[in-house]
Amino acid sequence: MTWETVIGLEVHVQLATQSKLFSASSTAFGAEPNTQASAVDLAMPGTLPVANEQAFRYAVMFGLGIGAEIGKESVFERKNYFYPDLPKGYQTTQLAKPIVGPGIVEITLDDGSTKQIRIHHAHIEEDAGKSLHEDFHGMSGIDLNRAGTPLIEIVSEPDMRSAEEAVAFAKKLHGLVTSLGICDGEMSQGSMRFDVNISVHKPHEPFGTRTETKNLNSFKFMEEAIALEVERQIDILEDGGEVIQETRLYDGDTRTARSMRSKEEANDYRYFPCPDLLPVVIDDEYIEAIRASMPELPEARTERFKQQYSLNNYDAGILAANADISAYFEELTKLTEDAKQSANWIMGELSARLNADDISIKQSPVSAAQLAGVIERTKDGTISSKIAKQVFDALWAKEGSDADSVIESKGLKQVSDTSALEKMADDVIAASPKQVDNYRNAEPDKRPKMLGYFVGQIMKASQGQANPQAINQILLDKLDKLL
Amino acid sequence: MDPSEIQKLADLAMIKIDESQITEVAARISDVLALVDELQAADTTGVKPMAHPLDTVQRLRADEVTEVNHRDEFQAIAPACEDGLYLVPKVID
Repeated sequence: MTWETVIGLEVHVQLATQSKLFSASSTAFGAEPNTQASAVDLAMPGTLPVANEQAFRYAVMFGLGIGAEIGKESVFERKNYFYPDLPKGYQTTQLAKPIVGPGIVEITLDDGSTKQIRIHHAHIEEDAGKSLHEDFHGMSGIDLNRAGTPLIEIVSEPDMRSAEEAVAFAKKLHGLVTSLGICDGEMSQGSMRFDVNISVHKPHEPFGTRTETKNLNSFKFMEEAIALEVERQIDILEDGGEVIQETRLYDGDTRTARSMRSKEEANDYRYFPCPDLLPVVIDDEYIEAIRASMPELPEARTERFKQQYSLNNYDAGILAANADISAYFEELTKLTEDAKQSANWIMGELSARLNADDISIKQSPVSAAQLAGVIERTKDGTISSKIAKQVFDALWAKEGSDADSVIESKGLKQVSDTSALEKMADDVIAASPKQVDNYRNAEPDKRPKMLGYFVGQIMKASQGQANPQAINQILLDKLDKLL
Repeated sequence: MDPSEIQKLADLAMIKIDESQITEVAARISDVLALVDELQAADTTGVKPMAHPLDTVQRLRADEVTEVNHRDEFQAIAPACEDGLYLVPKVID
């Protein structure tokens, strides 16, 4: 039985401002608990919010980045609910008049096809603090450093039909906000968090009842959580049950999800315009000044990479999608003066390792300068491409400060010294009388293929360190003499 | 307003209203709502809705950190703190 999946996303993006949305406290990550929580952030009586201009500038940049209409008059509202990490008893957010109106984000899927995902709107709001539920004598601990950090919440239309599309959309947004420089993109620090609305239905039937899985902070978790929820809903429906509208929490460690609250227990937020804040009015001049100073976006960068580095469309698209990957690529290429090799390493070995460890390129243990060293030593013949991967692994594991020191300390230098290679060739020929006979008796055009056995044996004996071109020639000479 | 609606409002606002007072509270809130109804009877054709009674716009501040750490002062008046955290009755998602 086939089912269709419908997915919509709500994406929280922490804006890269120095200070908070309504107070002049620092937003820096990782400070001691509550050392960046001022009287305003703590909602002390008598305090009043003063809105941060930079948050509006960043939100407008995002709006222009997705071709959206900018709300020239945007209004803050209070979303009322009680939770200890929200000291005011309400979150200051926007509802009826958000800063960014409808827009479009185009995603590219693995098969190269593209799809347009509609953005319903994006609004500015403040983040809450953090609750720590480990046991403090039966109490919870509250850290309000994050309270009041500016966010934009980006709300998509339910336009995605698979986990692949949802992840492609999430990555596209990540690339966009990091390219714009409005978010640091550090997902492990909560700089971008995804709420995923999921429902399933039979073809040609109305959308099913949806659930919301909240606070996913990695692409990997997002993909897993969607697969899990789709399967759960289909199982319920195929057993004749009904999906309940509810909020769910996904645990990436155990790969399970649980219900947080159902619709019946859902809050009634009683939104109303915030009397402490006046409407924020921005004019065309402000918007046009921002438009004129927009940084390079992924689409334009893709074109530039194709021109400047002679990359194909696919490679350029991948490397240009994310500002940090682009920066790494350009730094690496500047050092190696070899765009193709640099691209191959980033999209191959480096990406595989980053994905496996679920970290961003900014957190890569191997810097562009270190990787440039590996590429250089491959190109000048010091190491083979197989050994290069070994050197890369060692650098990843912090077993050396640069390629040369790893090659030196692990003795990985490629053997190009003729006498050493000749000795290896003599040894393998002496040890393989059967293969030598076969070689001798083979048709001349079959012989080059048979050479592979001897090369393989030498590579094995030398642990990959023999120079393959040199060894090929030496073997050929020696075997031909035996004919 | 019937008593169950009052109870729901009280729950949302985290206010405890004694059973014996609910009838009185319901009557008073109903009076306020009647006043709102009266206001809504006014003809507002052609009047642009306002987000705020002040006819002016929000001033924005420059993005600068000027606040310094006053944690000790704030925590001196908090009922319970530990390791720099404010302690509250256990909350479970």
